[in-house]
Amino acid sequence: MDLIRFPEMSRGSLRAMRQTIDSGFRDFTRAWGDTLEAIFAPLQDLLTLIENLLIRSPWILVLAVLAAAIWLASRSWKIALGSVLALLVVGYFGMWEDTMRTIAMVAVCTLIAVVLGIPIGILMAQSNRMNALVTPILDMMQTMPSFVYLIPVVMIFGLGKVPGVIAVVIYAIPPVIRLTNLGIRQVAPDVLEAAEAFGSSSWQKLRDVQLPLALPTIMAGVNQTIMMSLAMVVVASMIGVRGLGQPVLQAINQQYFTMGVMNGLAIVAIAIIMDRTTQAYGKRLQKHTEAGK
Amino acid sequence: MTEAGMHDIEIRDLYKIFGPEAGRHVEAVKAGLTKAELNDRHNHVLGLQDINLTIPHGRITVIMGLSGSGKSTLIRHINGLIRPTAGQVLYDGQDVVTMTPAQLRDFRRQKTAMVFQKFALLPHRTVLRNVAYGLDIRGIAEAEERARHWIGRVGLQGYEEYYPRQLSGGMQQRVGLARALANDAEILLMDEAFSALDPLIRMDMQSILLELQQELRKTIIFITHDLDEALRLGDKIAILRDGAMEQVGDGQEIVLRPANAYIAEFVREVNRGRIIEARTIAAPAADGRALPGFAVKARSRLDLVARRMTKAGVSEAQVRDGDRLVGIIDLPSILEAMVNPADAANDD
Repeated sequence: MDLIRFPEMSRGSLRAMRQTIDSGFRDFTRAWGDTLEAIFAPLQDLLTLIENLLIRSPWILVLAVLAAAIWLASRSWKIALGSVLALLVVGYFGMWEDTMRTIAMVAVCTLIAVVLGIPIGILMAQSNRMNALVTPILDMMQTMPSFVYLIPVVMIFGLGKVPGVIAVVIYAIPPVIRLTNLGIRQVAPDVLEAAEAFGSSSWQKLRDVQLPLALPTIMAGVNQTIMMSLAMVVVASMIGVRGLGQPVLQAINQQYFTMGVMNGLAIVAIAIIMDRTTQAYGKRLQKHTEAGK
Repeated sequence: MTEAGMHDIEIRDLYKIFGPEAGRHVEAVKAGLTKAELNDRHNHVLGLQDINLTIPHGRITVIMGLSGSGKSTLIRHINGLIRPTAGQVLYDGQDVVTMTPAQLRDFRRQKTAMVFQKFALLPHRTVLRNVAYGLDIRGIAEAEERARHWIGRVGLQGYEEYYPRQLSGGMQQRVGLARALANDAEILLMDEAFSALDPLIRMDMQSILLELQQELRKTIIFITHDLDEALRLGDKIAILRDGAMEQVGDGQEIVLRPANAYIAEFVREVNRGRIIEARTIAAPAADGRALPGFAVKARSRLDLVARRMTKAGVSEAQVRDGDRLVGIIDLPSILEAMVNPADAANDD
């Protein structure tokens, strides 16, 4: 027996297996591609709408609205002022439009991740079976190279915004799910017992006790999700998502150092703005429970 | 709530075994398998065994025991937070054990309220919203108004908008008490409610509770590991040890007639003068003898009687229950009763 060569399956059957799966998937794409595209059409519309709103409105108005939103969330003049300055610089260096596209993209992706992720996290916290089922899927989503799941997404949707959003959401949703689950599981058992002893229903327990007490942890998850969707914009640009990622990709291909650095720094600027804003917001939520004497 | 609408709670043949196959071992335990044997052979923990207890309505029943005796487990059977392995918890003809989740929820909302050892307040809600919590759950419109009333009753007015973390332990437990009272429930479950508090504050809280109970006449089940607290609060005291009921009775019975050596050891350090009443040791008046001129009340505690007699400079007194003569009491017999018989024997 040959102990050096690994006893692998024959090349022929390996090829046959791949071909069967590939052709099966191709048939599926042909049969369902249009339907799936129709289902996701509203997503495309929403993204286009936000993008147009940000790009076609007077820039000063957009800047004012963004600054107001940042101030409302963080209640910090320092963060609001810093954000305005950063955006002004980014705009002055000719990246205003791309920055707006990226902000629209990240906003929509985060929204979807939160809307899907928080309920999944809640379900995982309520049931150990659900937890055991979803955890390995999350592990896979976080470790699988993102290019791999770009393949089927692109096969179904082609190039464009929608496959970009799907890829980003897959990559960015795990933290919000995990931290929602963790936050709810960390709620003190004696407080839960009190809720139960006073006759709370499961829904009341969730609404009045578990979610409010888990909120700081959930917010940390949302923050992570935002950061991860920003990190995905360059990868997403490979499948036709416009924004700051595209010039970076172009710079890599053609070795334009300055162009790459500038757009990269613009992504960093957005990341810092969103991070500081959401963290300040999360801290503000926590303040109620940490009020001083 | 009227006295007429209230009901006793009857705990019948209650067993609780902790472990994955609790139901399989309950018959063996009934047949005499001990806690240690169950643990060694089957790796199950015997929480409660053969508990029978009537909890009278409108009174304070204290369940006492050291940690691990099963007292916190027992109190949680009354509102169904823990389900027994066998047995019944009867209230108004209904068995709490067999209630559906919806019935149980209603029972908890309408009939019971609970105060916890570690307060278990909602940290993200103000004092006012905490006290209103039980009413919020039931969707009662005037929750806030009623909450304000009870915050005043426990002496916390002015603190409505504080968060629990801003309050001391004693104040937090007042919030816990107000939250339970605001529910206007007949049954008040107090799980080591004052154990986490400093001694002086604990005495203070006991006084508040006794004062409120004078007026409210709720069915209170009070858990404690502190005998002095049990004797001060309890109309009826049940002593648990290793999940079994050792003795049930009022404070005097337990101090004067401990059912076994364990309880005798337990009550050794008690200040008997504060527990025993004059009528308990009064000797019948001998016929023909003149009665002493000084009189004391039948239900006065011995320490009080002794003080009054010493002050008045008399060594004998008649014990009277209103108009009726109960008997005669003298200082030597008072002293004898106040000294623990076990200690007296040791020093001979």
